[in-house]
Amino acid sequence: MNRNAALRTVARRRAKVDASDRLKLAEALLGTDDLATCAQRALDWLGRSAGVTRGLCLVGSPDTPTVLEPIATLGVRGPRVQSFTLDLEAQDDPLVAASIGLGASVLGQNGRPAPRTPLESGRFIAAPLHARQTLEEYPVGLLLVAPSDPDVEAEAKWVAGLLGPRLTALRAAQRRLEGERRILRERTLLYNIINAVSDPILLTDTEGRITVANARAEALLSAGEDESEGRRRAIALNNMLFSSALTRRAIEGAEPWRHELLLVDPVDGSDLLFELLSTVTVDPREGTGIVSILRNVTDLRRATQEIEENYRKLRLAEADARAERDRLDLIIDSVADPILVTDPNANIVMMNAPAERLFTADPAAGAEARRTVQANDAHFSSFVSNLFFEPGAMRRSGSIGLVDPRTGAPLPVEAISGKIVSEHGEVTAIVTILHDRTEELERARLYEQLKRASSELEQKVREATAELTRQNELLRRSHFEIEQASAAKSQFLANMSHEFRTPLNAILGYTSMLLKGVTGELTPHQRRNLERVDSNAHHLLAIINDILDISRIEAGKMPLTLTQFDLKDLVAEVLAEVEPIISRSQLAVTSHLAGDVPLLKTDRQKIKQIVINFLTNAIKFTPQGSVEVRAGYMLDMDHIAISVADTGIGISPEDRERIFEDFRQADNSPTREYTGAGLGLAICRRLAGMLDGAITLESEVGRGSTFTLSVPREVKRA
Amino acid sequence: MSPRRAAVAKATPVAAKAPLILVVDDFADNREMYSQFLSFSGYRVAEAQNGHEALEKAFQLAPDLIVMDLSLPGLDGWEATRRLKADDRTRVIPVIALTGHALAGHSKGAMDAGCDAFITKPCLPERLLEEIKSMLKG
Repeated sequence: MNRNAALRTVARRRAKVDASDRLKLAEALLGTDDLATCAQRALDWLGRSAGVTRGLCLVGSPDTPTVLEPIATLGVRGPRVQSFTLDLEAQDDPLVAASIGLGASVLGQNGRPAPRTPLESGRFIAAPLHARQTLEEYPVGLLLVAPSDPDVEAEAKWVAGLLGPRLTALRAAQRRLEGERRILRERTLLYNIINAVSDPILLTDTEGRITVANARAEALLSAGEDESEGRRRAIALNNMLFSSALTRRAIEGAEPWRHELLLVDPVDGSDLLFELLSTVTVDPREGTGIVSILRNVTDLRRATQEIEENYRKLRLAEADARAERDRLDLIIDSVADPILVTDPNANIVMMNAPAERLFTADPAAGAEARRTVQANDAHFSSFVSNLFFEPGAMRRSGSIGLVDPRTGAPLPVEAISGKIVSEHGEVTAIVTILHDRTEELERARLYEQLKRASSELEQKVREATAELTRQNELLRRSHFEIEQASAAKSQFLANMSHEFRTPLNAILGYTSMLLKGVTGELTPHQRRNLERVDSNAHHLLAIINDILDISRIEAGKMPLTLTQFDLKDLVAEVLAEVEPIISRSQLAVTSHLAGDVPLLKTDRQKIKQIVINFLTNAIKFTPQGSVEVRAGYMLDMDHIAISVADTGIGISPEDRERIFEDFRQADNSPTREYTGAGLGLAICRRLAGMLDGAITLESEVGRGSTFTLSVPREVKRA
Repeated sequence: MSPRRAAVAKATPVAAKAPLILVVDDFADNREMYSQFLSFSGYRVAEAQNGHEALEKAFQLAPDLIVMDLSLPGLDGWEATRRLKADDRTRVIPVIALTGHALAGHSKGAMDAGCDAFITKPCLPERLLEEIKSMLKG
């Protein structure tokens, strides 16, 4: 209490403050723009001029003006000052009530305790700081000072009236400055943001002049001083294109608007396609502007084109695939064998009509047919699955026993399945062709039968062959025996001939001697008889010679002696030899040889033998008339023909062949008129054969016969 | 036999210098038939019945000509001829071969053996005479 009384005394003493001091304060307050400095000068002035010992100035914080914080002190310090705040929203705080009023008030009098403040004083003066001396909703700050006496109160009130507007002005200036900084910061941020956008962004006025442009837009549309000529030209072109686009945009209305815009990249000259998105902004202060955003759609366009191209290709491929599929369908439907396409799960995805008959049941069909179809499907699936489970195998073939659902008849088929593999190596499908084996099996059965029959036949043939071989062997043996017999016969005949000749030689010899009178003269009767013996002996010799000839020819022991000779000489020789018989016969025997008959090369002796035979036969069988020997040359065959024609008894047609047989005469009766062994013509025919020739006969019974020998002019072998 | 031969001799007187013909044949009738006829025709005749006898007579008598039947018992006509032709004393004597076998092989075999002529039986005495005459002439 003592202390308070002393303070009051000082204040009173200094109650009179001169005007210059007050002016100083006003100057000091105006001399600083800082809120805290200003408040501190005011407190310091109160301490110096009005006897204030403790003081505190509170000002609303820049962020929340309703919360007052200390900004200047006098005679108090420490943490309590730092932490002290006054919330003007707190209604029942006496400090708040003091702040809201206009004048200064003394707190801690009339029995009411003063609120606790950093002044640590039970009684102090609170003077609100207002912008003007009018009641405003909230004061800009609050001035607390002690001691509280009426002089101090008056001075505090004066200072508050001075400080309030000043602080308000400073706070406003401070606020404005901070606002400007904030705007600048935001503007910079905005620029950074729009510059960060890779799409050009522009703000233009209605004439197309650029107000704001981001970096990308500037690169396209504004040229620096140091740009090259080419780039400047490109930028000028871009400006022109852009302006013209905006002009159109202005004509077409205020709605947001999209438009494609082709610009040039000033850096590399390539075409850039943009989508221009522009919006009109109406600002009452700045006027009407147009915000344009250009979106680079060059790549997009390219991608779009590619997509379109791919789509087109896909469509074509699809069309191709469809055509292919149609063609395939046509083909597989035209195949008579069932064809099925199966997916990797062994589900049938495609089949032709023949396959459908086996694997689909007609809804009208009975339960039996449906069961058959199911069974067929099961057999088929099992077959195809086996191929799926063979990783290496591409194909599989085998037999499946199916049943025809329509008839219920067994249908053995040969199935051939092939995998269809995609270019990635995975099996996409399996194609199976079924081939009806019914006919094949039937053929196989028939073939088996045939084989059996054939083998039976073979067996029979073998047996027959064996029999034949046996018979052949027998035949060979018998042939050998016959040959041996034949050889024995020839040998026998040769021997017989020898045996005949030896006695005949004696008979002929002695007869001849007797006739020659070696043993004395014979009576005519004796001679006649002896001549008969001689004649018969000669005949016997002739027969023996004939037999010998035949056996020699048959034994292959008749030699051929080829010489060249004139047929004319031969005919003359024959006629001479046969002369004795001719003269006995009283016949006219003549010869007629063609002039062109060439020399012959053949066996002269055999030709002669044949001609003699012809001639003696002719004479023998011609009772009267004539015999003619003729010869001619047949150029076309290079053959010589020698004929003996007679006017004799002739030979009947049935005898014409018989007379060439061994031991034959036309008249074979025991009492025949004509003698002879009947071997002559048989020998002649054999001899002619040896010379590659032939004997022919023309005859008419009672008119005569003509025997003709035809032989090659030259025998073509040794 | 003898009387027949005598008869021949009587009929044709044989000159002392007449050529000597050796007739060789195992068949007596033929041998004597040719002998008779040759004697009748003026030749001297000797006879042999087989090959050995033929060689014996030939060396002993040195005939002017030999008529040789080829089919002889024992030493046959071919072999006998070969031996005669192999001997200096008898080589020059002509040999006329006679055979009843008319086959070609006989003729060739006879010529190979050294026979100078070959006649197939039956051979009339006149035919033999002609052959002998022609051989002795040459």
